[in-house]
Amino acid sequence: MKSFIRFLMPMVLAAAISAVPCLPAAAGDNARLLMATTTSTDNTGLLEYLEPYFEEAAGIDLRWTATGTGKALELGRNCDADVLLVHAPPAEKEFVKNGYGKNRTQIMYNDFVIIGPKSDPAGIKGKSVLGTLSAIKEKGAKFVSRGDDSGTHKKELSLWEKAGLQVPEKQNWYIQTGQGMLPSINIAEERSTYIMTDRGTYIKYAHERGGNPPLEIMVEGDPVLRNQYSVIQVNPENCPNVNAEAARKFSRWMAGQQAQDLIGEFKLMGKTLFIPNARQ
Amino acid sequence: MDFILQGLTEAFRLLLAGDEETFSAVAATLKVSCLSMAASLALGLPLGFLLGYLRFPGRRKIRMVVDTLLSLPTVFIGLMVYAFVSSRGPLGEMNLLFTLPGIAIGQTILALPIVIALSATAVESLEAGLRTTLLSLGAGKYRLMTGIMWEARHAILAAALTAYGRVMTEVGISMMVGGNIKWHTRTITTAIALETAKGKFAMGIALGLVLLMIAFAVNAGVSFLRRK
Repeated sequence: MKSFIRFLMPMVLAAAISAVPCLPAAAGDNARLLMATTTSTDNTGLLEYLEPYFEEAAGIDLRWTATGTGKALELGRNCDADVLLVHAPPAEKEFVKNGYGKNRTQIMYNDFVIIGPKSDPAGIKGKSVLGTLSAIKEKGAKFVSRGDDSGTHKKELSLWEKAGLQVPEKQNWYIQTGQGMLPSINIAEERSTYIMTDRGTYIKYAHERGGNPPLEIMVEGDPVLRNQYSVIQVNPENCPNVNAEAARKFSRWMAGQQAQDLIGEFKLMGKTLFIPNARQ
Repeated sequence: MDFILQGLTEAFRLLLAGDEETFSAVAATLKVSCLSMAASLALGLPLGFLLGYLRFPGRRKIRMVVDTLLSLPTVFIGLMVYAFVSSRGPLGEMNLLFTLPGIAIGQTILALPIVIALSATAVESLEAGLRTTLLSLGAGKYRLMTGIMWEARHAILAAALTAYGRVMTEVGISMMVGGNIKWHTRTITTAIALETAKGKFAMGIALGLVLLMIAFAVNAGVSFLRRK
């Protein structure tokens, strides 16, 4: 028996070393709000910037998990989040129409831009979006796609369709990464390709390259490139256990004066990343 | 490439300056690996012993299943655990999604086959004469078991450390079940994934080094106890 204890000792101690404070994680309580959101709001640092203001104003502990819009909507459908902050209006409207969410509120927008290497192999600089896509396809210039069902990916697919082109799939100039926005831009940079990104993430990327990024904005300002972010409350009729009260408060706060001002003031390298538009 | 060097200096700065975010991720990693190691050792050691010690029909088949489970991909475990603990899943009412115990369930599934397979091998590889010797010394069933486990202790400890290494370093389960929620379920590995996604490579490398330092501390601790 003694030897057995001596034998178990190291293991128990190994567990104890790692046990430092082996506390159970907090279970659901009313003052906790779980948001599923997109990588762009998290990777740019916007949420970390807003979080303390919201927690002070509402007394609610805001937590978020950042994924693509597709997975965020799926989390809402499965009742695994209380509120969503996403950017794929057609998919969002479908989501609300099917009874999974309610009170879709527009919060802010920025725009998508198409960026590429300075050499501009397909000669797209200054073209319209639809002309750009045709030129890329014609020249077979390399183009990186998110390929992850995110809001940006959904937008890109809709643009191919709008241009009357078949959505590329297996063409060897079309590179689907299946990763978030910044990792995808990094892949585009490594391989000197074109890529469509939201402006916020692009500014963040340019900032990290010391303001002189290898990939530059080629196409911007086309009205079809608008990128709208909205808050959707997960529908308590579909998900009775959802924290509907906190979700409603968050939605109202995001559309309110304080948050709208804060969003407008959020800058990187002196550039505004998101333009508040809850009041429009 | 200077981010590699930056990462190294950053790692020491984070630890020495007591960076709050880093320590929160370290604490999450330690808590969750503690839970999953306790569970997988408590379940796995007796099962591994039985599998290595007893001779019964179908034993080889079970062994094959356990060995196959050594190849379980962590993202697949993460997805399966998500399906079970999601609000819509069979265990939804337990509110395990996006919590550390939820991650621990997945990691236990990851570590269990390792503990079982390696401890079974350890018991199997002991001399056949040991059993006779112990019995002739008048050992009862319990003494026999503890005696055999004691003889296999080094290999079993190695099994536990292997499982610990796998649990500490996995990212698929923590990301899928934990959701990488700051201050709560952000572990070192999901933090590395996030910092990499943010393009902060130096920070990612720093966190990787922090993880290695913890692993070193655990191994050094175990090695010290073993010598005593």
